Amino acid sequence: MSDQAILSAPGAAAEYDSAPATKVRGYWQSVAYRLSHDWITLIFGAVVLVIILIAVFAPLLAPFDPYAQSIVGRLKPMGWRGHPLGTDELGRDMLSRLIYGGRISLIMGLAPVAIAVMIGGTLGVIGGFAGKVANTAIMRTMDVFYAFPSILLAVAISGAMGGGIFNGIISLSLVFIPAMCRVAETATSQVKNLDYIEAARASGAGTFAIIRHHVLGNVLGPVFIYASSLVSVSILLASGLSFLGLGVQPPEPDWGLMLSTLRQSIYVDPLGCAMPGIAIFITSICFNLVSDGVRAAMDVRI
Amino acid sequence: MSAALDIKPYVDVRDRGGSAQPMLIVRDLKRHFRVKGAGKGAVVRAVDGISFTLFKGETLGVVGESGCGKSTLARVLLHLVEPDSGELVFDGDAVAAPDGISVAELRRQVQMVFQDSYSSLNPRMPVQDSVAFGPMVNGRSKSESRRLAQEILIKVGLRPDLFGPRYPHELSGGQKQRVNIARALAMNPRMVILDEAVSALDKSVEAQVLNLLRELKRTLNLTYLFISHDLNVVRYISDRVLVMYLGQVVELGPASLVFSEARHPYTQALLGSRLSMDARQRVDAPPLVGDPPSPINPPSGCRFRTRCPNAEGVCEAKMPELGAWDGRDSHVAACHMQDPASGHSKAGLH
Repeated sequence: MSDQAILSAPGAAAEYDSAPATKVRGYWQSVAYRLSHDWITLIFGAVVLVIILIAVFAPLLAPFDPYAQSIVGRLKPMGWRGHPLGTDELGRDMLSRLIYGGRISLIMGLAPVAIAVMIGGTLGVIGGFAGKVANTAIMRTMDVFYAFPSILLAVAISGAMGGGIFNGIISLSLVFIPAMCRVAETATSQVKNLDYIEAARASGAGTFAIIRHHVLGNVLGPVFIYASSLVSVSILLASGLSFLGLGVQPPEPDWGLMLSTLRQSIYVDPLGCAMPGIAIFITSICFNLVSDGVRAAMDVRI
Repeated sequence: MSAALDIKPYVDVRDRGGSAQPMLIVRDLKRHFRVKGAGKGAVVRAVDGISFTLFKGETLGVVGESGCGKSTLARVLLHLVEPDSGELVFDGDAVAAPDGISVAELRRQVQMVFQDSYSSLNPRMPVQDSVAFGPMVNGRSKSESRRLAQEILIKVGLRPDLFGPRYPHELSGGQKQRVNIARALAMNPRMVILDEAVSALDKSVEAQVLNLLRELKRTLNLTYLFISHDLNVVRYISDRVLVMYLGQVVELGPASLVFSEARHPYTQALLGSRLSMDARQRVDAPPLVGDPPSPINPPSGCRFRTRCPNAEGVCEAKMPELGAWDGRDSHVAACHMQDPASGHSKAGLH
């Protein structure tokens, strides 16, 4: 049927009145639909979910107290006296420590990224949309942070502020904010110059309404994709900080710290020594693959 | 008043000045852009002293080569780009003046349709939401805006239940441009600026959209400023035509007169550049040679003299004035040959 025919069709208006409410599949719904057909992402997403659940319910799942030491039971192999994965250099149950360690590692992986998305993303959108002086001020400040390699920057900030989970999160956030800001700024300034922003301005919309309805939807995608890829980086960096003694302090169970303290026993118990590393590896690769899958699913654009 | 331009009585509660009051008066509008790396103080004179009047209910076509400032003019009229100087009077009220109407109010009454139908729709938004956005930010409720959007989609020939929920990439170019028109109309404007609105469409779709625009103009009492580089399209849709060259008006008059008795050599050359379907009318010589001069350092005197076959000393010395313009039937051109007193050897021959 030609468009003209529809225009002049006698029942056009009535047809509209009697038509059922239109079902709109929004952007996020179509992303969810694509994801539901991507088995690899679903499987690794399930692993991520399991890791998260284990971390949340650690007190219920851990067979032993992760802090309980035993002088006689040090560096025992798997299965020794009911310890499924053996014990560490102070005789503490390895499985319990790995389970509890997941909590801190996940917090160290997610919290800095979330903070960076909020602060860096906001700064980036502001800088990208405002342009000119505000953009220069924000982006050149970010470039200062960019000048340092990320691990060096994290080590420097943690070193200056001292160890601990809280300071570790702050230092990692500061590492990620510039990158996040740049991603948001690039996406925003690309969108900003398109005609639909101009059309929105022409329809009398204020800056806030334009950002909320027309900019954020187009910026959130790249930001979210980048953020999901940063989670595994953050877990690795946090482990690195703990390994260097700048992040989590003993006797807290943390994968990076465990790796550090167990390394002296590498010739005595190589398998036990490798276990925290395996946990880091599995977690970060799962986050990475899920991030890749989400990236593919979100790339709906034409 | 000629019969062709006779406009039927205009009834609109927002009509303040009456039908004799022009919709838009533009006086000596200027917008220069600074250019980096082209010397100190170098500016592109995109819009350089443009004056014209747009009457209620008419379609004024604006033609000119690429880069002559057509699109800048459109954006300046809506204050999307701030003018450097000049005056805009909308229905008797000066725009952005203390006692006139605000830019926000102007934008409620004047809407714009952009050329690039792809980039003028948010790819992450169903098109009915794009159409409903304008009413929504102007204080209507979400459901009311959506209902309005669906009504307007019907008006532009798109079934709202079929096309409303779609994303821009699921529509063809012509359908997208219909959505863009619907988006502009959702604001219930009195005047619409169509910036190359059909240029990106293929010929059959272009004709459909042009007919739709005519139909909408008739039913909704709209006034159009129709910007295009396509002379045939402009001739088809316009009541009057304004020809631009390097940021200035070179000719202004009723469409029939401009197309049949063009007065400015530039307009004549533009008309000569149209392709003819008649093989016997083919010409080998190009009607216009060379590129337009840089708008950064335009030629002295008449800006067209570097490409004009009739250029003389006076053209270099003095900038020609657009002749005295008095009313909508007036046909004027900014050329020394139009002015017997200019000293041009061909002056007064027309």
